[in-house]
Amino acid sequence: MLLEAPFTEEKIRALKVGDKVEISGLIFTGRDAVHKYLHDGGKPPVDLKDSIIYHCGPVVVKEKGKWVVKAAGPTTSIREEPYQGPLMEQFGIRAVIGKGGMGAKTLEYCQKVGAVYFHAIGGAAQVLAERVIDVPDVHLAEKFGAPEAIWEFQVDRFPVVVTMDSHGNSLHEQVLADSSKRLKKILD
Amino acid sequence: MEAKILQANLLELIRRTSAELPDDVKRGIRKGLRKEKKESSGQYALQVINDNIIMAKDKSQPLCQDTGAIICYADLPAWCDEKTFRKAYERAVVKATKVGYLRQNSVDSITGENSGTNLGPGNPTFHFHPAKGKSLTVKMMLKGGGSENMSAQYSLPDNRIGAGRDLEGVRKCLLDAVLNAQGKGCGPGILGVCIGGDRGSGYVAAKETLFRLLDDKNEDKRLAKMEKQVMAEANTLNIGPMGFGGATTLLGVKITHRNRVPASFFVSIAYMCWAFRRNGFQMGEGGKISRWLYES
Repeated sequence: MLLEAPFTEEKIRALKVGDKVEISGLIFTGRDAVHKYLHDGGKPPVDLKDSIIYHCGPVVVKEKGKWVVKAAGPTTSIREEPYQGPLMEQFGIRAVIGKGGMGAKTLEYCQKVGAVYFHAIGGAAQVLAERVIDVPDVHLAEKFGAPEAIWEFQVDRFPVVVTMDSHGNSLHEQVLADSSKRLKKILD
Repeated sequence: MEAKILQANLLELIRRTSAELPDDVKRGIRKGLRKEKKESSGQYALQVINDNIIMAKDKSQPLCQDTGAIICYADLPAWCDEKTFRKAYERAVVKATKVGYLRQNSVDSITGENSGTNLGPGNPTFHFHPAKGKSLTVKMMLKGGGSENMSAQYSLPDNRIGAGRDLEGVRKCLLDAVLNAQGKGCGPGILGVCIGGDRGSGYVAAKETLFRLLDDKNEDKRLAKMEKQVMAEANTLNIGPMGFGGATTLLGVKITHRNRVPASFFVSIAYMCWAFRRNGFQMGEGGKISRWLYES
């Protein structure tokens, strides 16, 4: 299904674990440095209300005066677990995109504020870069370096799967519980 | 030998390693794709992965933006000394970083500063051996951080998982590592395993065994049996591609062993992601590459 900007609470609340979603609109990258910065009281250089944050340290180069994304797969999200939920609440972040899933705290905030976790395919840097059709701007690049900066990505049909929804469901919890049970059976 | 030719060959090796997956890995992924249920999230993940493999090769760009730790093995013949090789390889790495085959991936562990060139203390990692014949053999691997973070070392006995100091205990370690990794190491994964050794040599040997072909058979019958068994068992856990659930949790298990001191029994597991980037070549003194090691 297609999810187009603006990313309103109503649209996000309608999503369920397992939904394959294609996102179109403006999203922002943000990884370790950005999350820590915002958590420590740093002022966001962009409006994060109803935004989507992409856990990604892209390879971006300037060609003929324009930013071009060369590789842009997701990075591991769990490192942002201490910060993610509170930042969703404080700034109205509507969703994050990453890989590997996040924990109980983020899941709780997803329910509370109406947000979801989108899982992009880890390592699929080319398929995902291809869906970034424009890079209007970059922020905090001098402070944090290119991979850790906030990049504005205009994406077109960016492919993700909902693995944590705003109704308290987490595919990661389900798969962990199921696989633990199966392993126990193998070893018994 | 002309250093310039060696350097150009090494640059091409880095390009291929970063942008193209070896044939055995591609076969494994396609096999997984056929096994997954239609319309499932697992099948979807493998489909995107497969598209990505094709696209990266066509565009000659990194398969994954995390171009990983650079690990290089070279068997040096009499005509190529270590210093010459190291210099040529490092120059090739700097060039590869400049043109975007590699991401700036070498960070000072004390200051957090990125060297910007992929060079720095211990980067890249070299392993040199004398060559048996007259050719230079080079192998390299790019190992991403997500998968390396899921690597694990067990010290047996391990009461937590009920693993004793025998092959049965080793099996429990391997399955436990797969369970802990879930989708976080960008599975379907490949396990490189070393039974024994010390904490350092065990991990080195575990990584080294990943240079074996995915569809080869271990010459040690006991280990061949365990590789097959653990792979089959792991694939019934329903962790699946990216941890989405499904039949393809592992693409391979490769096990080697080292002797240990009586007091220690380590099991070292190098978890490798689906973006299993390794390649290599053989080259003669004239500079001609006679064979690419992972291409049919």
